[in-house]
Amino acid sequence: MSTLLSVEDLQIRTAARPLVSGISFSIAAGERVGLIGESGSGKSLTALAVLGLLPDTMRVTGSITLDGHPVIGARDRDLVPLRGRSVAAVFQEPMTALDPLMRIGDQVAEVVRRRALRDGTKPGRAEIASRVLALLERVALPEPARIARAFPHEISGGQRQRGAIAMALACRPKLLIADEPTTALDVTTQAEILKLLETVVRDEGMGLLFISHDLPVVATVAERALVMRHGALIEEGPVGTLFGRPSHPYTEGLVAAARAFDAALEFAP
Amino acid sequence: MSDTPVVSAGARPKSSMPWPLMVGGLLVGLHLVIALLSLVWTPYAVGDMVGGRLEGPSFVHWAGTDRLGRDLMTQIMIGSRIALVVGCGAVALGALIGVTIGVLAAFATRTLDDVLAAALDILIAFPTLLLAMLIVASSDGASLWTAILAIGIAGSAIVARLTRILAKRILSMDYITAARISGTASPGIVRIHVLPNIWPTLIVNFALQFGLAVIAEASLSYLGLGAPPPNASWGRLLQEAQASVYTAPFGAIAPGLALVSLVIGLNLFADGLREAADPTRRRSR
Ligand SMILES: Nc1ncnc2c1ncn2[C@@H]1O[C@H](COP(=O)(O)OP(=O)(O)OP(=O)(O)O)[C@@H](O)[C@H]1O
Ligand SMILES: [Mg+2]
Repeated sequence: MSTLLSVEDLQIRTAARPLVSGISFSIAAGERVGLIGESGSGKSLTALAVLGLLPDTMRVTGSITLDGHPVIGARDRDLVPLRGRSVAAVFQEPMTALDPLMRIGDQVAEVVRRRALRDGTKPGRAEIASRVLALLERVALPEPARIARAFPHEISGGQRQRGAIAMALACRPKLLIADEPTTALDVTTQAEILKLLETVVRDEGMGLLFISHDLPVVATVAERALVMRHGALIEEGPVGTLFGRPSHPYTEGLVAAARAFDAALEFAP
Repeated sequence: MSDTPVVSAGARPKSSMPWPLMVGGLLVGLHLVIALLSLVWTPYAVGDMVGGRLEGPSFVHWAGTDRLGRDLMTQIMIGSRIALVVGCGAVALGALIGVTIGVLAAFATRTLDDVLAAALDILIAFPTLLLAMLIVASSDGASLWTAILAIGIAGSAIVARLTRILAKRILSMDYITAARISGTASPGIVRIHVLPNIWPTLIVNFALQFGLAVIAEASLSYLGLGAPPPNASWGRLLQEAQASVYTAPFGAIAPGLALVSLVIGLNLFADGLREAADPTRRRSR
C-alpha cells in the first residue's frame, strides 16, 4: 500500500519551550491509526501540523508529506487545494463544530459545492440538495430532510457530531483526522459515533488518524496505535500487540487503568 | 439516547417585539417622515422672514420664530434631514472602513495586528473636533461632507476595534478550522462565516454610533464646523438661540427637544435590537 501521510522528525516549539520533539510516523492509504496520550502530550498540535494550521507563533521543523505534497514550509495558498481533497477533520467540541447561524443542510452543501468545483463540475441546486440528503443519511441522521433545515442549536450534540462527520465525508478526503470526536458525548452516543466513523472510513477506503486519551476507544477504531507522552512518541505497534503486551511502562499503566475500569464496570450493578 | 431529534416541528414561534425597539423605531420613524416631508413641504420657505422676532410658539409658528423672524419649525424639520443624512453617511463610512480594517486585523500576522491595534487606539483617543478642524482646513470650508468625513473616520476606529475582537473570537471556532481544512480560502471564510456571525452585534453598534453621530453633528455645527447656512442644523439653531436664551428660551428648547428625541430614539432602538438579536433569548424557547 502507498504511503498517505509521512511525518519525519517533527518538532514544534514556541519561543519559550519545545512542545513536540522529534516524532516520526506514517499512515498508509486506507489505514486506521490511533494517536493516544495524556492531556497536553501534543496530540492536537501534531494533528494541526499535519493540516498546516499551527499558529504562526510556533516554529515547526522536520518534514510532513501528505498525499505526496510537502506541508511544512509550504505557503498557505498552496495548501488550500491540498486540504479538502486530501484531508478533512472532525473535532472534539460538537457545539463549535458547526456555524451556529447556518442550517445544517447549507453547511454540508457548501462543502459539496466546493468539492465539486475542485473536480471541475458545477452541479445544480437539486443535485447538491440530493447529495446533501444522501450524506446526512450516510451518517445515520434520523429524518435527514428535517435535520437539513435545522440550525445547530436545534439538534443534539450527537447529531451535531454526525453533521460534522457528514461535512468531512463531503470532502471525500483520503485521510480523515478525528481529534477526540467523542469525548464530549455520553457513552451510548460515543459508541454509536465510533461505529459510524469506523464503517464510513472502511467503506470509503479512507485513512484515519484517530486521536484520543482513551485506550479502549482507540482499540475500537484503530488497527495500529501511536503512544505519545510529553511531546514525544514513546511506543507504536498494532493495537493487539501494543495493548496485549505493552513494552513501555507508561503504556502498561494505560492498559492496567483501562482493565481496572472494565473490571469496575463488570462489578457495577 | 441523546440522538433523539429535539428539533421543534413547524415554524419557530413568533417572538414578541421588545418595547424599546418599538418606541425607538417610532421616534426614529417620526424623524424620518419629517425629514422626507421637508423635501417637498415646509410651513414656510427656509430663509424667509415671516413673523416677528423671537416669537413664542403659536398656531402660525408652531415652534416660534428666531431672532430674524424666520419660522423655527421649518428649520427644525430641515434639521431632521441634516441630522439623518450626516448620521447615515457617517455610520456607513465608519462601517465600511471599520469593518474592513477590523477583519484585516483579525487575519493579520501578529506584528501587523499589533501595529493596527495601536493605530486604532491612537485614532480613538484623537478628538473628533480636532479631526473635523483638520478636514475643514484641508478642504474648501465646512460642509455636510466634511462633517460626514470627520464623524465617519472617528467612528470607524471604534467599529474596527469591535470588529477585530468579534472576528477573532469567531476565527477561533472549530467550524472555521474545519472550513479551512476543507479548503475554504480566507475571503470565503469571511463571507460565509465571519460576517454573518458578527453582523448582529455590529448592527446594534451601528445604531448606537448613529446616535453619537447625530450629537457629534450638532456639536460641530454649534462650533461652526458643520453644514453652513442655509442648512439649518440643530446645532446651529442652538448656537443662534444661545444669545437670547433668557428672554426666548423656546428657541433653544425646540431644537434641543428634536435632538434629544432622535438620540433617545436611536439608543432605544439599539437596545431593542440587542435584545432581539440576543441568541439566548432566541434559543431558549
Ligand atoms: N497556542 C499555543 N501556544 C502555546 N502553547 C500551546 C498552544 N497550544 C497548545 N500549547 C501547548 O502544547 C502542549 C500540547 O498541546 P495539545 O493541544 O497538542 O495537547 P493534547 O495532547 O491535544 O491534549 P488534550 O488531550 O487535552 O487535547 C500543551 O502543553 C499546551 O499547553
Ligand atoms: Mg487535544
